[in-house]
Amino acid sequence: MTLAEKILAAYAGKKIVSPGELITARVDLVLANDITAPIAIKEFQRLGLKKVFDPRRVVMVPDHFVPNKDIASAEQAKLMREFALEQKLVYFEVGCMGIEHVLLPEQGLVLPGEVIIGADSHTCTYGALGAFATGMGSTDIAAAMATGDIWMKVPPTIKFIYQGKLRKWVTGKDLILYTIGNIGVDGALYSCMEFTGPAIDALSMDSRFTMANMAIEAGGKAGLFRVDSKTLEYVQLRARRKYTVFQPDDDAEYDKVIEYDASAIEPQVAFPHLPSNTRPISKVGDIKIDQVVIGSCTNGRMDDLRLAHQVLYGQRVHPQVRCIIIPGSQQVYLQALKEGLLEDFVQAGAVVSTPTCGPCLGGYMGVLAAGERAVSTTNRNFVGRMGSPKSEVYLAGPAVAAASAVLGRIASPEEVVR
Amino acid sequence: MKLKGTVHKYGADVNTDVIIPARYLNVSEPAELACHCMEDLDKDFVKRVKPGDIIMADTNFGCGSSREHAPLAIKAAGISCIVAKSFARIFYRNAMNIGLPLLECPEAVEGTNSGDLLGVTLATGEIRNITRKLVYQAKPYPEFMLELMNSGGLIEYTRKRLESRRTR
Repeated sequence: MTLAEKILAAYAGKKIVSPGELITARVDLVLANDITAPIAIKEFQRLGLKKVFDPRRVVMVPDHFVPNKDIASAEQAKLMREFALEQKLVYFEVGCMGIEHVLLPEQGLVLPGEVIIGADSHTCTYGALGAFATGMGSTDIAAAMATGDIWMKVPPTIKFIYQGKLRKWVTGKDLILYTIGNIGVDGALYSCMEFTGPAIDALSMDSRFTMANMAIEAGGKAGLFRVDSKTLEYVQLRARRKYTVFQPDDDAEYDKVIEYDASAIEPQVAFPHLPSNTRPISKVGDIKIDQVVIGSCTNGRMDDLRLAHQVLYGQRVHPQVRCIIIPGSQQVYLQALKEGLLEDFVQAGAVVSTPTCGPCLGGYMGVLAAGERAVSTTNRNFVGRMGSPKSEVYLAGPAVAAASAVLGRIASPEEVVR
Repeated sequence: MKLKGTVHKYGADVNTDVIIPARYLNVSEPAELACHCMEDLDKDFVKRVKPGDIIMADTNFGCGSSREHAPLAIKAAGISCIVAKSFARIFYRNAMNIGLPLLECPEAVEGTNSGDLLGVTLATGEIRNITRKLVYQAKPYPEFMLELMNSGGLIEYTRKRLESRRTR
């Protein structure tokens, strides 16, 4: 069995599961945020239950429109807060919160070998830890809050092998954008992606979170990494529960095996309006920009800020560019503060925000006007994603985003750091 | 259940951001969401749509975020079902959970234009293009999906499950 099949079999109480099989799986953690929780709470209440199945296993994080962007958002955040407190759920208030998918791994709330579901499509981020984690809607989350389990179809697994050594400035973001560019936004529809190979072994945990995070952008149900010494080092300091490590069998059957020469991959940029519309940085051409966003559940971790800092240090943000930097959690914020990164960002003419999903989905903290262009380290560049339906979003990693902020056009870090 | 309505046809990869832009996600009332349904893809959709109408689309309909606001907005706008070549998986679950039926049928999508009148029989998956006098067969629902639909959605289905647990 593949890694996903091994985990799902254990959680369905079966010896073996195969792709296409319908199972009911136990879940370790159920997650919702300030946008998806209100509907989940309303649906949960329709069940007529007094309590969730286990308050230690239901997490609510206000992160999308928080600190509250307007009165309507404040009402949604309040509804979630009151339910979370009344039910004694795991809840993170402003001041402790972070973007959910940066926060939960950091807090040791998601662990290897677990099954996690969240009312947010980027819940697949936790696949970086070797967990089976997948996004669902509010009603599925409401049902799971009641029962502690979920129906699921066992997905087929596509194995991706990344050979070779990464070039300078290339990170997990570039590998996943390249992959989505190669297989398309439905290239892994209903499937689990398993990321392997020497280039993956060499990746940091932060880069693995970035890759797993964007499995959904290829239509994937989950994006999994095998547990290795880096994973264990990451979780050992943080784990709040016991966990089991699963490894795929040597004779596991994969739906497809796709191999890439990672040493040939340049920093990537996804052009509007699909994450699959990728080009290598050398083929981008002259594209003027108005805004840069560095942050989000995709690229709001320490590796990302350090990389952006390598480019921005001692430079000035282009006078016609707004550069918005958003650490993904309070812990990341504090660490970046201690390392002096935030001071250097401000010196360079960037703004630094409290953790929020805000601009990624055109909520607030950097909404685009008609005709404006942004380079963003986020995960989606659909029409209107970051504001006006006549604006454009170019997806890239933190190094390209930072270089673009300095030069006022989409640029390679090599043009800034010599 | 038999459904009948006029087709509004779209291309591939219609994502949840254009179905209901995030700037409207500070509310979750279906009727309010419906006012902005498809706004960034087809500004006049809400003016044109009539109760019972059918959305038709190419592959990967509903890709992107997990926002249940997307199928809620479509359902509250009056759409009776969606026929597409394929659906993104979270959208598929969400729509079926809230009682918005989805059918997969590439042939019907190929043979139908916007404005055609369509008849759909959910139990059998039969899709009739009344305008062009053509009949198509959608992929049948898995048994579990039928049970979910017959229960009236996931919440009702879960309520039954919880009751049977208690009485066991």
